[in-house]
Amino acid sequence: MLTVNGLSKNYRKTVALDDVSFELPTGTTMAVLGPSGSGKSTLLRVIAGLEEPDRGRVMWEHADLAGVAAHERRFGLMFQDYALFPHRDVAGNVGFGLRMAGWSTGDIGNRVREVLEIVGLAGFEGRSITELSGGEAQRVALARTVAPAPRLVMLDEPLGSLDRSLREQLVVELGQIFERLESTVLYVTHDQEEAFTIADRVAVMRDGSLVQDATPEDLWQAPADIFVSDFLGFTNRFSAVAGDGRVDLGWIAVPGDYPPGPCQVVLRPDALVIDPDGPVSAVVSGSVFRGDHYVARVDTDSGVSLMVTAPARLHSGEALRLRLDPAGVLVLPQPQ
Amino acid sequence: MTAGRVGKVALVGLPLGFLTVFYLYPVASILFTGLYEDGSFDFSPFGDVLSSSSLRGVAWFTFWQAMVSTVLTVLAAMPIAYVFARFEFRGKRVLSALLIVPFVMPTVVVASAFVALLGRSSPLGIDLNRTIWIIFAAHVFYNVAVVVRTVGGLWAHLDPRLEAAARTLGATRWQAFRTVTLPLLRPALTAATSIVFLFTFTSFGVVLILGGLTYSTLEVEIYRQTLFFLNLPLAGALAIVQLVGVSLILWIYARYQRRRRVAASLVAASQVARPPTTTRQRAAVAATVGYLGVLVVAPLAILVARSFGGGNGGFGFYRALTETSSSTASVSAAEAIGNSLWIAAVATLIALVVGMAAAAVVAYSTGRAAAGFDLLLMLPLGTSAVTIGFGMLVALDWPIDLRANVLLIPLAHALVAIPFVVRISVPVMRSVRSELRDAAAVLGASPARVWREIDVPIAARALAVSAGFAFAISLGEFGATSFIARPDTPTLPIAIFRLLGRPGTLNFGQAMAMSTILMAVTAGVVLLTDRLRVRDVGEF
Repeated sequence: MLTVNGLSKNYRKTVALDDVSFELPTGTTMAVLGPSGSGKSTLLRVIAGLEEPDRGRVMWEHADLAGVAAHERRFGLMFQDYALFPHRDVAGNVGFGLRMAGWSTGDIGNRVREVLEIVGLAGFEGRSITELSGGEAQRVALARTVAPAPRLVMLDEPLGSLDRSLREQLVVELGQIFERLESTVLYVTHDQEEAFTIADRVAVMRDGSLVQDATPEDLWQAPADIFVSDFLGFTNRFSAVAGDGRVDLGWIAVPGDYPPGPCQVVLRPDALVIDPDGPVSAVVSGSVFRGDHYVARVDTDSGVSLMVTAPARLHSGEALRLRLDPAGVLVLPQPQ
Repeated sequence: MTAGRVGKVALVGLPLGFLTVFYLYPVASILFTGLYEDGSFDFSPFGDVLSSSSLRGVAWFTFWQAMVSTVLTVLAAMPIAYVFARFEFRGKRVLSALLIVPFVMPTVVVASAFVALLGRSSPLGIDLNRTIWIIFAAHVFYNVAVVVRTVGGLWAHLDPRLEAAARTLGATRWQAFRTVTLPLLRPALTAATSIVFLFTFTSFGVVLILGGLTYSTLEVEIYRQTLFFLNLPLAGALAIVQLVGVSLILWIYARYQRRRRVAASLVAASQVARPPTTTRQRAAVAATVGYLGVLVVAPLAILVARSFGGGNGGFGFYRALTETSSSTASVSAAEAIGNSLWIAAVATLIALVVGMAAAAVVAYSTGRAAAGFDLLLMLPLGTSAVTIGFGMLVALDWPIDLRANVLLIPLAHALVAIPFVVRISVPVMRSVRSELRDAAAVLGASPARVWREIDVPIAARALAVSAGFAFAISLGEFGATSFIARPDTPTLPIAIFRLLGRPGTLNFGQAMAMSTILMAVTAGVVLLTDRLRVRDVGEF
């Protein structure tokens, strides 16, 4: 189990890590999700031992790793643009960690073959690094990281530079590979879909702090604040006032007991239901095809714009009625 | 002090000490010689330089011939740079390797080649000997590779879509080049131009041999004033004038060198070069290849051709070389070759040790001090070889008299080669991103192991390329050697120069034969090591 306790790190005046704590049980995968500059990479580098924290501790199985150098930690780190060694071929890269661990040449050869097979690059041993495609380089980097069977696998935006379709395919493969290897994984990304696909748990970071640490389902159900909700892509957000057993958005009120005063209300896609008997009337102003559903922009009579999920295409100018499903309504604290 | 700290001090101290003793001190001595006489500072040699119309003429000639040579070189090189950057064709790699050959050719060899090609017995029937045109031709031949490599190197990475975008916005081909490509190439173009200007401004061997008594650069004049007229104060004053000019050029070069790093829109060379598709493109490629052949191969081919003859089944001149000193050189060619080889070996060793230490300091440190150190290392490149040789001759008699020591020659050669070693190695060392070291550490490599597994193997190629360059430079070095070589230990270029200065076909033929040998060895060494070059990294 990895334990991170109160990690803080400053670079001159910028705060890279601010009192970050969490536990990662062996065999689980946690995604660290956040916009660029939120301290994700620094977190990985500190855990790897490449940087020293200003304060706080990194522990493995309750043993403090302070003073244990990066090369003695047996943690794997896959770098953002792979950092493959240009002067070595694929086998030389994948077998590097094994050589450092003092494996025999024969054993290295066998293990390299085995790992390359796992990542789908069987027979690539003699290839030069410079002739690999983006997807192949990514797989070689992954193979190099997992070959020495590190106690912890860390990945820094491993799919960052690949195109959309390749990412969707690879993220599923990655999950399968980690499951097969029973790895403990820390996966850094800025893409929430990637995080939800691969992780048992998602930790959201902002400005060096851990904002929320939850399962993907819980995160979706109950984002901790408007930063997390915005980052998850919930676009229907309104200022509101709570009190007297309800929350008043001005154009509609939602029942519920919340601390009185100003707050923020987020309507998740499943909160707005198209219903001929609904209380809100609106007019469609545009619609987007999303494969298995449509997303329409509608304007209510009271002049509020909403994004609504619809099973069929809605045409501009079409009138419709909506109701609110309280299960999809999130009431979040007003930011300070 | 920790071991690491001792290491750092040694890395900085070694090149700094070397440059101080063998460069700064001799150059300072020249300043002293030029300005200080009979216990007081005397600026009258400057007055002599300024008042003498012939010396003013020398300064003016030095400037304008460098100007014209530079413009001609750029004009000659741009089409080659363009075709090399934008087209993929068979034989391109061989041709681009061949391009480096003129650049490392000893000045004496180049001069002999042009005497053979455009001299009295020219196969083309044009005698340009002792005219300005033969000097221009030799300068262009010499420096075309600098422009092609520097400008072409950047051009090969410029996204061609930028020009395409300009075309779709209504620009003609020429407008697109002028408004998009040329501004983006400007940093490399300026850097290349200043280097070529520098080399032609300090041109010595070419002008000395091809210019006869008609044309004389500052460099040649310093040589004459020192060795023929023994007027050291005047030579010193001339050297100062030259140093000022050179410092100015170097300053411009350093400024653009720094800006060059922030060039935008760079893509992999493989994305830029395409096989020629239209007839027009194929014709352009073919024309370039042919033109390159004439420009680079013809002078050297004629040299080889001239070296045969003189009886003995065509090997008469070569045979004559093996005979110990007929009336010509005071030692045999074999001895000159032997001298050149051991001197080059020692010079290479010194240049590598000092140069790699300096390169490590420049590559791994940042800030003003490092930038200043970088510039200091470039200075010997800008200081003329003659000034270096002259300075060593003036200065190095104290505390131990090195002037008569044979080691002085390889020391001088190393000094000339060190800037090249640094320029070649720094970009390669910098290309080892810190990420690669981190990756190795995470995979279990201790700091010592990281150095051995990552830094050394990558730097090793730079080391090999640098060694080839240093060896070639030492083999061909003429300017400094002409001051410090003793009569009984001539190097190949010195022996060739002596032969060229004597009348008769046998002497001329022997000079050609010796030049051919020197050319073959130089080209062989450079082509061999050039294959190890990390693609697209490094300068020259």
